[in-house]
Amino acid sequence: MAEKMELKKVEVWDGNLAAAHSLRQAQVDVVSAYPITPSTPIVETFAKFLADGYVDGEYMMVESEHAAMSGCIGASAAGGRVATATSAQGFALMVETLYQASGMRLPIVLHVVNRALASPLNVNGDHSDMYLGRDSGWIQLDTFSPQEVYDMGLMAFKIGEDHDVRLPVMVHQDGFISSHTAQNVSPLSDDEAYEFVGEFKPMNAMLDFEKPISYGVQTEEDWHFEHKARQHNDLMTKVFPKIDEVFQEFEKKTGRKYKIVEDFYMDDARVAIVALGTTVETAKLAARILRKEEKIKAGVVGIRVLRPFPFEQLGEVLKKVKAIGTLDRSSPNGTVGMLYNEISGVLMGHGVKSIVLNYVYGLGGRDITVEMIKNIFRELDQNRKARKRISPVQQFVNLRGPKLEYFDASLVNRGK
Amino acid sequence: MAFNYDKYLRLEKMPTLWCWGCGDGVILKAMIRAIEKLGWNQDDVAVVSGIGCSGRFSSYVDFNTVHTTHGRTVAFATGIKLANPDKHVICVAGDGDALAIGGNHTIHAARRNIDINFIMINNFIYGLTNSQTSPTTPQGMWTVSQKAGNIDPTFDGAELAIAAGASFVARETVLNPKKLEKVFVEGFKHKGFSFFDILSNCHINLGRKNKMASAMENLEWIDKITMPKKKYDQLPEEEKLNLFPTGILKHDKEAKEYCELYEEIKKVHQGKRAKLTQDDFEKKI
Repeated sequence: MAEKMELKKVEVWDGNLAAAHSLRQAQVDVVSAYPITPSTPIVETFAKFLADGYVDGEYMMVESEHAAMSGCIGASAAGGRVATATSAQGFALMVETLYQASGMRLPIVLHVVNRALASPLNVNGDHSDMYLGRDSGWIQLDTFSPQEVYDMGLMAFKIGEDHDVRLPVMVHQDGFISSHTAQNVSPLSDDEAYEFVGEFKPMNAMLDFEKPISYGVQTEEDWHFEHKARQHNDLMTKVFPKIDEVFQEFEKKTGRKYKIVEDFYMDDARVAIVALGTTVETAKLAARILRKEEKIKAGVVGIRVLRPFPFEQLGEVLKKVKAIGTLDRSSPNGTVGMLYNEISGVLMGHGVKSIVLNYVYGLGGRDITVEMIKNIFRELDQNRKARKRISPVQQFVNLRGPKLEYFDASLVNRGK
Repeated sequence: MAFNYDKYLRLEKMPTLWCWGCGDGVILKAMIRAIEKLGWNQDDVAVVSGIGCSGRFSSYVDFNTVHTTHGRTVAFATGIKLANPDKHVICVAGDGDALAIGGNHTIHAARRNIDINFIMINNFIYGLTNSQTSPTTPQGMWTVSQKAGNIDPTFDGAELAIAAGASFVARETVLNPKKLEKVFVEGFKHKGFSFFDILSNCHINLGRKNKMASAMENLEWIDKITMPKKKYDQLPEEEKLNLFPTGILKHDKEAKEYCELYEEIKKVHQGKRAKLTQDDFEKKI
């Protein structure tokens, strides 16, 4: 039996430590890992917990991230609670196996500490790896602070391991900004946390010798489509009700309220920013200041669950907003940013006609400040006042050298 | 007069990111001296590095350089060499890079005996990510991933390269820069896959928790576990345990080089000659 750790009511943890504690409290059976900056401290701290007797699990140090996720898949198929962590290049190397994990319906929890993808090599935070994983069939939970990393870290097990869901879950946090910044975190006690997450109940465990089964069989044009469609159907229909249920139960336990789409000052907002990660917190501050000082009715939308994509929830939140800025922290490489595309689709699908602008920012850890977000709000407000788009669709924020912008305002009037 | 390295360095990148007392600089300088000695034109040399502290090599030296992904140095280098058989290709990788994540590439490049010079900087640990067990970490040593001591048996990179078919294999330590330069010269000259297992110190991430917190102590330990091959060969078997022979461990001048065979097979496909005969391979087998 693992030893219990006495935690203070408020601990000072960075995102990595918060993630490690969530793994410890969930009493993960197997962690199979390979080090990579900035996620290394998660598995490293977990190894220490294990060595010190705080977890009754197994720890596999393997020879690459590909092997790390493969080890997780094996352990999960064998009927264990499994988790690991990675970033950027490691995540990219895992991609092949990520699809295996979701296709085999194995509820693995993966902490992704978001970092830029090379080349050029960069260890700092941006969302390129998060974007890379979005079609992999995993549930993607996004966090904005170490507290949320801890909370989502616990809830991820409960969501993914549900027998209706049975899908792997990624918990995202921003590299360094969240992962290496210590903040106050209010944890649950070990008993409370484990009681909340619950004992792991395997389904179709490979090691159930009474009922031998196969994982990862081959299907061709005969059944492949049905498998994929069923998986998609479960993502679309089973996950959100479960997430809502888990969020509510968590709120009852801790008082901390989470929503699939987090909205701030959106009741009367005329302009809004949609963002992911720690930038949501910065944008909240900018909106608060602008509302007070410049009477701009600014609102902020933070996407808590990126996959499955909250199409309806976003439509509901954004329906009254006149101008929306979508903030993408990943190089769009030849098109508009992912959030611009998704949000435009949401608005189109709900029959809402708003001005949508795309801001690419913060690549490779470049700073985004309150002042920069204030400027974005101001520009959105000017567009709103003009009642048509007067700014280019896509702009780069805080870029050195000449200004970059694409799809200028002349496009708007071309149709008339 | 002291050797002037400036011509070969990207001085704007200095100082290096390496910790004080790190052995990587010794290897970098020995490599440069060897290249100078061989009289290679700077523009004819490609340096390919992977990820980790050793990955910085390609940033600091003024050759044609590529900083690649983790473990894939030889894969990149194979492409470079096949496209430019007359140019010189040097790979620099750490022990994790060369033997764990990229182990497969290493053995297959050795098997093909392609003319790549592979410098494996063996510091016995994943240094850049702060002390995780690597394939060469000695059993029993403390690492952050195995705090009660590493239980994994260790890889001998040089033995692996020999077994896989590399035609030049040498081991040296950063303790002896002159010898280091000498084996580099020999290996770089050699036509075929040259594998260098260079033992280096990481007193920061291996040493501090293993009772050798200073560069000096770490180097003394390296000195203790190595022995010149001639002396080593005379030892009785039981004393060879946990000792690494240094010097040139294998030098097969006869082995067929891969790019040459590749040129031959190209001729076959272009109809310039009949197919390859056993004679073409004989030397290699």
